Amino acid sequence: MATVIEKQDLTEITKLFVVDAPRVTHNARPGQFVVLRVSETGERVPISITNFDAAAGTITLVVQEVGRTSGLICALEVGDEILDFAGPLGKPVALPESGHAVLVGGGFGAGAVFPLARELRARGVTVSSIVGARTAELVILRELLEPVSDHYHVCTDDGSLGYHGFVSGRLEELIESGAGFTSCFAVGPMPMMRAVAEVTRPYGLPTMVSLDPIMVDGTGMCGGCRVTIDGHTKFACVDGPFFDAHKVDYDEAVARSKMYVDEERLACGLAGVGS
Amino acid sequence: MPIVYPHKTEMPALEPDVRRHNWEEVATGYTEARAVAEAQRCLQCQDPRCEIGCPVNVPIREFIRCVALRDFDGAARAIRRRNLLPAICGRVCPVEHQCELHCVILGKQEPVSIGRLERFVADWQRAHPSNGAVEAVARRPGKIAIVGSGPSGLTAASDLAQLGYSVTVFEALHAIGGVLRYGIPEYRLPKSIVDEDVEHLEQMGVEFQTDVIIGKTITIDQLLDEEGYSAVFIGTGAGCPVFMEIPGENLKGVYSANEFLTRVNLMHAFAFPAFDTPVLRPKKAAVIGAGDTAMDGVRAAIRLGAEEAHIVYRRSEQEKGARDEDYRRAAEEGAIFDWLTLPTRYLGDEDGWVRGLECIRTELGEPDESGRRRPVPVPGSEFTMEADLVVIALGTNPNPLVPQATENLDTDPHGCIVADTATGATSREGVYAGGDIVTGAATVILAMGAGRKAAAAIHEYLTEKEKAR
Repeated sequence: MATVIEKQDLTEITKLFVVDAPRVTHNARPGQFVVLRVSETGERVPISITNFDAAAGTITLVVQEVGRTSGLICALEVGDEILDFAGPLGKPVALPESGHAVLVGGGFGAGAVFPLARELRARGVTVSSIVGARTAELVILRELLEPVSDHYHVCTDDGSLGYHGFVSGRLEELIESGAGFTSCFAVGPMPMMRAVAEVTRPYGLPTMVSLDPIMVDGTGMCGGCRVTIDGHTKFACVDGPFFDAHKVDYDEAVARSKMYVDEERLACGLAGVGS
Repeated sequence: MPIVYPHKTEMPALEPDVRRHNWEEVATGYTEARAVAEAQRCLQCQDPRCEIGCPVNVPIREFIRCVALRDFDGAARAIRRRNLLPAICGRVCPVEHQCELHCVILGKQEPVSIGRLERFVADWQRAHPSNGAVEAVARRPGKIAIVGSGPSGLTAASDLAQLGYSVTVFEALHAIGGVLRYGIPEYRLPKSIVDEDVEHLEQMGVEFQTDVIIGKTITIDQLLDEEGYSAVFIGTGAGCPVFMEIPGENLKGVYSANEFLTRVNLMHAFAFPAFDTPVLRPKKAAVIGAGDTAMDGVRAAIRLGAEEAHIVYRRSEQEKGARDEDYRRAAEEGAIFDWLTLPTRYLGDEDGWVRGLECIRTELGEPDESGRRRPVPVPGSEFTMEADLVVIALGTNPNPLVPQATENLDTDPHGCIVADTATGATSREGVYAGGDIVTGAATVILAMGAGRKAAAAIHEYLTEKEKAR
């Protein structure tokens, strides 16, 4: 059992939770996730870890309300118990020991790149962060990410803050201007990660993306999260979630993520959330 | 027409047309009169060979004699001496390959229905709980960690708790039971039975911790070095689904049997949207494989409303792995069996949904390494089968999480933990293993037998260690 000890509204639909879960923090490493379930009738869903603090025994999560289960999670308040909170799951992401890493966080992904940035800085790697959102007030977690970045770049789709355009555009601009990146890590919506992969591919810049397919157990038991990497089937829960961005079959991943859209619509209709 | 079994006393069951539409337990069990009648078929052999066929050596002759004499309490006590989960075993043991295979009347008649009698006795005891409280046992020093709450873990936990050790069972999922919970459907093993057995263990002092993934949340080394456990039993099972790696396997609508059954059993997806986890509801389902899990899959597909549900198997009926009873039940419920049929690819539409299978007919050639005749594709016999749901039930591999996270724990090339067959001892001192994580996918009762042997070995190990202090 884990208890919510802090909650912040990052945007209208994006919430940050600090959860007291000492056991889960003990072995946590950058790039991992937790699986949680908030009611006896609830789904098991994976959520990237935004921060872990072994000394305090806390895990920080950022959740965007997009459907039935994320809506139930976002409705949790300080003091609430999370019925099931299991992790850390997935392989820690392999991080370089030197060079210049660029971290790209789209939307809620700005949280998930934070543990990578902190660890890279601690190793002496130069860190550039690129964070994007639709508009200025949707830019999240600047106060968390900026202090662990040597260079911090904001992009907005409407140009209300920072670079006018997508994170992938800003990334290309920085590469062209000779930023000298030696590695790239991107977390965010699938179209954004795919765009990042297409930007870095011609430059041969090693790029990792964090895939977020539908999961049930999160421990390698069901295979529902399978993705095709370089022509081979992998399980995102135990082989990932980070994979070589240039080898992911994005079309298949996008199709599989839409397996239950009809059911989701039904569930949201019943709960009075979403469309 | 149901298949007729003239010699065994029939066990009452729900009619196929009724049970196709619900998830209730199909076989309703013997009445007292039927149980006594069946028990009277037992010859009470001087040398009961059936007991040799039982991996946990249940005193079969004795318990059947008690049933014949209507001493059901005595029968229950006899079984419990060797098997703490008889209500489960009486339902899921492949008896025709174990105890009943050795019954002396087999050949001349149907064997005595040992499985149904075991189930009857276990259910009788559940309905008539004994007045005697659980006997308090003297506590012993020593904390033991059990990794995984499936059949081997529950058995090891029970034996060690009875010896007076402090036992903690760690389960990765949110509910206890392992394959008994996520794999075997309600209509074959009601979950209330698993709940009762778990409650019984809790009353004996066993502690259960769910949502703890050993190898991730905490490692075996941390259990031993930081959390003060003096021995560990690993019973993490064969949880990783096998795929054929043929084209189209990742289309929407193609499930592993593990995922399909976990959604239905553990997550109650059959009750969506009252439960939040969905499962696709098929019109035409194809289940690949012919073992117990395949029968579970095809019968679940029928209950989810499939108009047609096929078993597609590359060998013949004779080589199928499923228990006779479940095969017969699936046939009664309308499953269609495509023997000697090998899928070669899955066909999808432009949105990535599965729409069918391309198959080729096979014929049986020489025996292969499994001892069964090898299926050989027949050239020119290709054909297409429609399906909007495919369930792949071709077996499972050992779960790699614990071996990956544990140094110096030897595994074989298949990823199974190497353990002594008599004791479950691994390459690490104080670390024991048993069940499917050692043998590869096998049966509930074999896993229970392994859990029992390991518990005895752990007791011996800790006793020696205590003496040496």
